Amino acid sequence: MAKTYSAGVKEYRETYWMPDYTPSETDLLACFKITPQAGVPREEAAAAVAAESSTGTWTTVWTDLLTDMDHYKGRAYAIEDVPGNDDAFYAFIAYPIDLFEEGSVVNVFTSLVGNVFGFKAVRALRLEDVRFPIAYVMTCNGPPHGIQVERDIMNKYGRPMLGCTIKPKLGLSAKNYGRAVYECLRGGLDFTKDDENVNSQPFMRWRQRFDFVMDAIDKSERETGERKGHYLNVTAPTPDEMFKRAEYAKEIGAPIIMHDYITGGFCANTGLAQWCRDNGVLLHIHRAMHAVLDRNPNHGIHFRVLTKILRLSGGDHLHTGTVVGKLEGDRESTLGWIDLLRESYIKEDRSRGIFFDQDWGAMPGAFAVASGGIHIWHMPALVNIFGDDAVLQFGGGTLGHPWGNAAGAAANRVALEACVEARNQGVQIEKEGKEILTNAAKHSPELKIAMETWKEIKFEFDTVDKLDVSHK
Amino acid sequence: MSTMQDYQSSLDDPNSRKFETFSYLPEMDQARIRKQVEYIVAKGWNPAIEHSEPENAFDHYWYMWKLPLFGETNVDTILAEAEACHKAHPDNHVRLVGYDNYAQSKGAEMVVFRGKSV
Repeated sequence: MAKTYSAGVKEYRETYWMPDYTPSETDLLACFKITPQAGVPREEAAAAVAAESSTGTWTTVWTDLLTDMDHYKGRAYAIEDVPGNDDAFYAFIAYPIDLFEEGSVVNVFTSLVGNVFGFKAVRALRLEDVRFPIAYVMTCNGPPHGIQVERDIMNKYGRPMLGCTIKPKLGLSAKNYGRAVYECLRGGLDFTKDDENVNSQPFMRWRQRFDFVMDAIDKSERETGERKGHYLNVTAPTPDEMFKRAEYAKEIGAPIIMHDYITGGFCANTGLAQWCRDNGVLLHIHRAMHAVLDRNPNHGIHFRVLTKILRLSGGDHLHTGTVVGKLEGDRESTLGWIDLLRESYIKEDRSRGIFFDQDWGAMPGAFAVASGGIHIWHMPALVNIFGDDAVLQFGGGTLGHPWGNAAGAAANRVALEACVEARNQGVQIEKEGKEILTNAAKHSPELKIAMETWKEIKFEFDTVDKLDVSHK
Repeated sequence: MSTMQDYQSSLDDPNSRKFETFSYLPEMDQARIRKQVEYIVAKGWNPAIEHSEPENAFDHYWYMWKLPLFGETNVDTILAEAEACHKAHPDNHVRLVGYDNYAQSKGAEMVVFRGKSV
């Protein structure tokens, strides 16, 4: 029987709280951590979030009756305690797949983390995880190439790759910048990287940077006989400008370019990733601004969700944190989102902060990038934590070598290969790290000096955002 | 701090040419090669032997030594094939490959006999 129209404000839970609902295979599922305003019951707060992130508005409108709202609405189907936090709870919400445009993380997140985050009934709100149904995953382009194709293009097998961000990050002329790149590559790194702040400033316009960097790549390849690359940052003020820079990078034969997917925007990133697939150019992704969204444990978007956004939008590399360096990141949680980035099927695992099974089907995985405050002494732990499908990036740990970039690069390469060889031999490399590096340094004066330079440097501040399971 | 050392590498010095994984470590002896073969076998990968003139080592495709040793798990057999390839092409680089057919990639690849620098 048709419904009748009755104007006014209804409690959200009458419509959007459905504890008996069984999520469908094609539903998009979300887990929010909700801190409600005092006096708002959990069911009402969960239903409000479901409503405001899908079909609802604050009052009933007559046009609701022109469609089948029961089909389109988001459904809050479960709530759970947050371990160690009595003020907040987890709400699980199911969204029907036809609420979202195909292949558009832009559209999905405009709903899921749109107006609802400013909603008065909740004091704080955090999107902890999202399950993308395989039906939706298959509408997205995903990583332009993925791990296996990049290995083949770059000819790197059986080990993590090595990179370095060129410093100082601002102020170098293009020709001096290319010098720093050349020195790193001839010393044994696979990649160097534009700093995210480097776009096209007055001190170094993109065009000259691209030309001199390409010269550095060409010469270091002839000199070492190995394949090399530099992430040319094409992040730009407008999409047209971004594509112009990408086209030029392709024209001069650059194997890889780079984009900042959050400040640049998901729309630009998805377009660039498709361009990269079409043009055979690898895509490195930086994540500036992520900590604004993911660092507060009670409000924002968890990085595991940002990881999923990137995998759907497209990128062949993504910065994931280092676990051991100067930047934030708890080990188990980091291992969780590294899996979400690289594997094809990831099971729910609360000990790693993963709330849902995630099936990526045939979508390629991307390399995890560990960068920031790491040096030679971290190598055994990094190889153990990240395995082979990663890029380990030593900025200060290469450029800060007392004999210069080439020696710093060689030190890192020797240390990496020594750790990988030992791992393959079945050695517990984190435990035996000092012995492995000391032995390797007997054949490498560059490594020996690096070990003396960075001895005892550790960054062991407690992480601000810990997994909820470890709060109590 | 010891005295600064110059980094030895140039276009006219053939010894500057590297060949990817493990080429920054000293050349492998028999014991070290055996350990890596054991690793490939333990991983369930298919071992293979390839070789190349050092001057053509940058090419993607090296010469296959026979076919990959599909399903071979005997470490001595694999080592013997690598030796045989080295004997037949003493001036060439000889590399050991572990094909990971699930990842559709090479799980391991390393030069186990270094050719004559040119």
